[in-house]
Amino acid sequence: MAEASARGSEARGLGTIAVGWFERHLQTLVASLGRLARAPFGTALTIGVIGIALALPACLELLVTNARALSGGWQSALDLTVYLKPKLADHDAQQLTETIAARPDVASARLVTSTEGLAEFRRWSGLGAALDALKDNPLPASIVVRPRVVEGAGDSTALGGLGDALRVLPGVDQVQLDTEWVRRFTAILDALRRAVLLLALVLGIAVLLVVGNTIRLDIDTRRAEIEVTKLVGGSDGFVRRPFLYGGFWYGLGGGVVAWLLVETLVRALGGPLGRVAAAYGSQFHLSDLDAARSLILLGGGALLGWIGAFASATRHLRAIEPGAEP
Amino acid sequence: MITFEAVAKRYPSGREALSDLSFTVSAGEMVFLTGHSGAGKSTALKLIALIERPTRGQILVGGQGIAGIRRRGIPGYRRRIGMVFQDHKLLHDRPIWDNVALPLVISGTPRRELDKRVRAALDQVGLLGRETSFPVELSTGEQQRVGIARAVVAKPPILIADEPTGNLDPDLAMEVMRLFKRFNDVGVTVVIASHDLHLIEQFSVRRIALAAGRLVGEAHG
Repeated sequence: MAEASARGSEARGLGTIAVGWFERHLQTLVASLGRLARAPFGTALTIGVIGIALALPACLELLVTNARALSGGWQSALDLTVYLKPKLADHDAQQLTETIAARPDVASARLVTSTEGLAEFRRWSGLGAALDALKDNPLPASIVVRPRVVEGAGDSTALGGLGDALRVLPGVDQVQLDTEWVRRFTAILDALRRAVLLLALVLGIAVLLVVGNTIRLDIDTRRAEIEVTKLVGGSDGFVRRPFLYGGFWYGLGGGVVAWLLVETLVRALGGPLGRVAAAYGSQFHLSDLDAARSLILLGGGALLGWIGAFASATRHLRAIEPGAEP
Repeated sequence: MITFEAVAKRYPSGREALSDLSFTVSAGEMVFLTGHSGAGKSTALKLIALIERPTRGQILVGGQGIAGIRRRGIPGYRRRIGMVFQDHKLLHDRPIWDNVALPLVISGTPRRELDKRVRAALDQVGLLGRETSFPVELSTGEQQRVGIARAVVAKPPILIADEPTGNLDPDLAMEVMRLFKRFNDVGVTVVIASHDLHLIEQFSVRRIALAAGRLVGEAHG
């Protein structure tokens, strides 16, 4: 009889078997969702915990992303001031300006002669009378250099590199880079980004443990069913399958909760932050999770749920064997 | 079909459930394992189903030693054996249809065949039409018949039953035993452990009597 059914399954062909496989998995997928829905309180609790665990790194990631966008905005508006040696002739200064302007990483370079500089300073500082008392113009000529921002705005090292390159040009006295604080800010953001990764790692492990523990409890409550299934010939894989899909749903549900939490937070903070930015004359707009990040959040949650369930189910299902000593 | 060769089983607690037991059940035969509780009937069935492993001796099923079947091979092996239990072992949160379909679902039977075969099995035990009921809505005798339908739905060549009538009143017990006989009549090898001598005397079936884990007699009823 076994042979007859083996022949039968061969005759069914690979296509039918594949359809059958897909059908069985789909059926288990739906059935495990239904099972979770029948225990709404416990399910909500688990999903809530996973959601919060996933929302934390997602929020921090969003914070870093927004901060980088903000600093990128500042940086593109940042100019370097190249102070020239006091005795540099005007036409040498003009030539140097053209040399600098020709660099690929420079958007524009404008020469400010010492006379212009003094006029500007007089206008800005309100120290007109005091300046009149000076016999000589104490200001050197300078070149205002606007760097060309290549992609990845927020990379302050490139800006520093440009400063270093300009500093060694003949006729240059010093280069003032008002970007020191931007550099620090970016360094802080880089550190934060690493913190996001670490936090995501730690909380990812937490999600694995939460799912693993929940699946362990699920297995405990379905002990009798598992025993019966094994008695009538259910393989380890067959017995494990519904728990894997259970873990998948827990993880995906947690991802959805996390996504909702983050989006709610952005909506709640976006308005007030926008007004603050507007008060400072900035166009800053708090961005929410883009499609890629949303997908990572949902997919990552589902994957973590699956892995946690796999580890837990594989471990605990082995221990359930029908019929110990009567 | 089933051969025990000098089989002994000692449980970790030290209790020796079977000692030097040898017997053979031919293909297509029906056999009663009799004896008082503790005689080793259940243990013998558990050894056949690979729920337990013998301490000594060997068991052949279908001409092959089953000692060589590893953990991974056990599910496939069990699909060739229909098992009926005294306590039915039904899934109480699933309707009858799901309970009976379980072995077919496990073996990957295509969906369109499932319903036909589940209904055929329920028809054989006289429960056609109860597919959507839950086990608690059925009487004990009906629950046992669902257990039998589940055991035979995948058409295994061997059917084993451990005290299948233990919780049934005489009339229902008789009915269940007749059901087993009917499966035997169509070629299924049937081994039933039962201590109900009065009941099994009414069937002309070989009896293997056990006491304290040993064979104490064989009789053809």
